[in-house]
Amino acid sequence: MIISPELFQQIIFYVFATFTIGSAMAVVTVKNTIYSALFLVLCFFNTAVLWLLIEAEFLAITLVLVYVGAVMVLFLFVVMMLDVKQAKASQLKQSYTKAALLIAAAMLVQLLILFAYKLSGEIPSNELVRQEQGYSNVAEVGMTLFTQYVYPFEIAAVILLVAIVAAIMLTMRKREGNKQMDASKQININPAERLRVVSMKAEKATTQAQSKEEES
Amino acid sequence: MTLQHYLIVSAILFVISMAGIFVNRRNVLVVLMSIELMLLAVNTNLIAFSKYLDDVQGQVFVFFILTVAAAEAAIGLAILVVLFRNKKTLETKEINELEG
Repeated sequence: MIISPELFQQIIFYVFATFTIGSAMAVVTVKNTIYSALFLVLCFFNTAVLWLLIEAEFLAITLVLVYVGAVMVLFLFVVMMLDVKQAKASQLKQSYTKAALLIAAAMLVQLLILFAYKLSGEIPSNELVRQEQGYSNVAEVGMTLFTQYVYPFEIAAVILLVAIVAAIMLTMRKREGNKQMDASKQININPAERLRVVSMKAEKATTQAQSKEEES
Repeated sequence: MTLQHYLIVSAILFVISMAGIFVNRRNVLVVLMSIELMLLAVNTNLIAFSKYLDDVQGQVFVFFILTVAAAEAAIGLAILVVLFRNKKTLETKEINELEG
């Protein structure tokens, strides 16, 4: 039996969409925070496959590199470093849990009705037009990014810089007995405070000076 | 697959993460993870529209969202670390007071 490319795409889509949704459910329901971080990694991988399937290769790889490689490692690092106590199952129940789930379910039903029926005439319902061989998604995104959106791109770089500085400033801890310079204190110094003029009686010159005078 | 498939998947993802924020009573870390999931759903939407309408600008926007989300995650986690250092807890019910 030969599977047609369309059927193969559908199989891949449904498998990975199921995994995405299942791991997203696991993120919010699993008790252990480390497990939910790991399920989030799984969710990111599966979503990256979904993005690859509609030929958004650059962003799929960026998702894996930036999210799985950097952000989730940061999450796992913080989860493991903070030593959060695991909540008991009884504590998870809350008075408004049922109402919250009801609202979420209602919203889901509304969105599904919206996308599946109401908007079916408005949004394009065609299959994706595949690009020809040799097409580069990276080149296309890059061309737009560095011509039309070069100014927002620079701003994004500044935002990342601000994030670095803010994260370091927030978590920096002052240690006891740590010798460091305080720039504001250095600038605000008053000469009267550090220089003390002492008036004292003149004393006799030292013996060396006396001998020099005798020689002359 | 049509555009609708992707829209439905991202709608389900979005609702799951929203329910995660509502129901969660454990710690703020899971709330942050739910926010990341929400951004992922939004990104999926943007990419699907961008591809099916054949307009690359949607993907450029996803790139910027990824950048800002990375910055947000870094600062949020830094705030959580400081909070944990002061409060010794990350449970959402414990962190309910705002003091000057």
